[in-house]
Amino acid sequence: MLKIDKTDFDAMRQHGEETYPHECCGVLLGQMDINVRSVSSVVRCGNTRTDSPQNRYHIDPRELIRIQRQGRERGEDIVGFYHSHPDHPARWSTTDLAEAHWLGCSYVITSVEKGRAAVTNSFELAGSDEGDKKLIDEKIDVDQTET
Amino acid sequence: MMTKINIPTPLRQYADKQPTVEVKAGTVAEALSGLVSKHPELRRHLYTDDQKLRSFVNVYLNDEDVRYLQKEATAVKDGDTISIVPSIAGGR
Repeated sequence: MLKIDKTDFDAMRQHGEETYPHECCGVLLGQMDINVRSVSSVVRCGNTRTDSPQNRYHIDPRELIRIQRQGRERGEDIVGFYHSHPDHPARWSTTDLAEAHWLGCSYVITSVEKGRAAVTNSFELAGSDEGDKKLIDEKIDVDQTET
Repeated sequence: MMTKINIPTPLRQYADKQPTVEVKAGTVAEALSGLVSKHPELRRHLYTDDQKLRSFVNVYLNDEDVRYLQKEATAVKDGDTISIVPSIAGGR
């Protein structure tokens, strides 16, 4: 399960609207427990796939290192990632699975239809290694309290 | 010389749940070798069967991708930090 407050949840969705018709992407920082990832901050990233930003995303590892370093200073770990699917369902694609390597983390996808955020789903990258990994549906528990 | 290696969240379970591991090394290759010697379960996650680093495993020395330095032969000095960063990508 992914636990996230409404402000962070809305921030992910808004990011997808702002980058439409391109895919947005970002990192979820927080705490990882058995089967529960609790998000305490959402960090926007640039999409380096400038060759095909409407249907691909990639986060610069240097940006990730910086986010990881800043997170650790606050006691936060990387617990997941998010991206958008412009005019496409909020379901993982074969590319999403092939390119997912952070086992045990959450991969959040928001469909953005004609510039408006529609459905947001989250998937846990389950499995023990590259050979048996799979993205499985997970519940998103949105804390409705505004922060 | 001691080099600090940052372990990404998914691999910590194979490194006694530690976020960082310190190893004695003169090169990136020695550092990674020291890491998998300490924590053998990491090997299959970092290397292919023919002992090459998996293509999606990025290795950074401080803020530089070692692929653009001297790859695994890149020298490390005391106080350097190596980061193991599996790639983040995808799309519809």
